Amino acid sequence: MTRDVFADAAQVRFRDPVRARALAGALGRVADAIGRDRVTLMHVCGSHEQAIARFGLRAVLPKRLDLVMGPGCPVCITDMPEIDEAVALALHGVHVATYGDMVRVPGTVKSLADARAEGARVHVIYSVQQAIDLARATPDEVAFFATGFETTAVATAAVLLRDPPPNFSVLSAHKFVPPAMEAVMAMPEARIEGFLAAGHAAVITGWGLFEEFARRHRVPVVVAGFEPLDILGALVRLAELVRDGEARAVNMYPRCVSREGNRVAQAQLWRVFRIDDGEWRGIAHVPGGNLRLREEWAHVDARRRFAIDPARARDREPSALAAACICGRIMAGLATPLECRLFGRECAPDVPVGACMVSSEGTCRIWHQYGGRPELEVAS
Amino acid sequence: MCLGIPGRIVVIVGDTADVDFWGVRRRVRLDLVNEPVAPGDYILNHVGFAIRRIPEAEIAGTLALYEELLRDTSDDLMTADLRGELGAAPRSDP
Repeated sequence: MTRDVFADAAQVRFRDPVRARALAGALGRVADAIGRDRVTLMHVCGSHEQAIARFGLRAVLPKRLDLVMGPGCPVCITDMPEIDEAVALALHGVHVATYGDMVRVPGTVKSLADARAEGARVHVIYSVQQAIDLARATPDEVAFFATGFETTAVATAAVLLRDPPPNFSVLSAHKFVPPAMEAVMAMPEARIEGFLAAGHAAVITGWGLFEEFARRHRVPVVVAGFEPLDILGALVRLAELVRDGEARAVNMYPRCVSREGNRVAQAQLWRVFRIDDGEWRGIAHVPGGNLRLREEWAHVDARRRFAIDPARARDREPSALAAACICGRIMAGLATPLECRLFGRECAPDVPVGACMVSSEGTCRIWHQYGGRPELEVAS
Repeated sequence: MCLGIPGRIVVIVGDTADVDFWGVRRRVRLDLVNEPVAPGDYILNHVGFAIRRIPEAEIAGTLALYEELLRDTSDDLMTADLRGELGAAPRSDP
C-alpha cells in the first residue's frame, strides 16, 4: 500500500478548516431557516457518535439543532434476558464465544465475565471464524453468542452456510436496524425530525430500504460516512430536507453505500435468519427487530440444542444501582448521559452499571472518554 | 465495530484472501463480498469478512479517515475499534 496516495487526501479532508467552516455556516443558515427553537436529529451508529465526539462536531452545531444518538450500539441493545441465556449456557459448561465488549455487559445480575470468574469457559473473539476454529480444536460444545446488527449477522450466516463443525451452535441476539428506527418514531415522547442512517449497516442492506420508511413516517433519512466533513455535509443535507418538508431518503455516502446494497450478503443473511419481534434493552418491544435462526437451522440453534435455564444466571436480586440506570432513555435519544445521576460516579468504564458505559460504541462510554459532553474544537 | 477497515488484496487463496492492512497481512474471507475481486483490489473488512470491494475512484478518500485514526497513539475509542477489526482476521505469512 503506498502511503503518498492517501497522505495528501488525508490532509485535504482533515486539515480543511475552510470547508468545515463553510459547512458549519451553511448548517447554521439552514437551521435558522427552519425557524423552530429546537430541531432534534438522530443518528443510529456508535461509530458516528465516536466520530462526532472525537472531532468535536457538536461544538459547531447551531444551538437550535440537537443531534442525539439513538439505538446504534449493538452491544448496548442486547437484551438482559439474552445475556442471561448466554451466562446460563456458560455456567452449564458450554464454551461461549462472543465479541469483545459483550463479555462485560451485565445481564439481569451477572455478566459473562462473572460467569468466567466462576469457572465458566468464556472466549473473546473478533470474528465468528475464531469460534469455528475453537470448535474444531475441541471435542466440547462451543456456542457462539452472536450479537450485532446486520453488518455482523451476515458473517454468522456465512459460517453456517459453510459446514460448521457439529459441536458448534449459535445463540443469536442479532438485531436488525431499520425496525429500531420505527420503534423510536413510535415513541410518544420522541420528537425526531430526521435521521442520519448508519453508514456501514447500509453497505449490506442498501439505502433504498429507507425510502419507504421516510415516506411512511414523513421524516427524512440521510446516509452518512464517518469523516468529520462527511458528517457535517450529511447534516446540512438533512437540515435542508427538514426545512423543505421533504420526507425522503438521500445517500451522502455513495463511495460505500449503494441503493440495493450487497446482494451477495443479503442472500446469505436471509437464508439463515428470519426477523422476529423482540425486546431491545432499555428501548422497547421492537417488532421485527430481532434476527433469529430459521427453522432449517434448528440443529445449530443453541436455544434448541440445549435446555437453557436463564434462572441459573439470576441467583440474586439485581442491584439498586441497575434500577437507577437510564441507558434506555439515552438510547432512545430522550436523555443525555449528563442527565444520569450515576454517570461518571457509580458508573464508569471500570465499573459499568449500564451497557452504554461498557461498549466502545455506547453513548456513555464515548462521552466519558471525551470528557462529558464532547465540545472540542473542530479539526482545523 | 461498525467502521470496518480497508485493505489491499495481495493474493487469493480459495474462498479467502491475504489482505495487506498498512503493512499487516491478514487472511480475510470472501464469502460475502459484493462482486468478484482480484489481487490489487481494495476491500472493506468487517469481523474478518470482506463486505465490499472499494471502487478504484473511492480508494484514496476511503483510506484517509483510517490513516488519520491509525496515526493516533492515544487510547482513542475509534482507533481501538479499528485495531479490533485488524485482530478479527488471522495473520497470514507473507
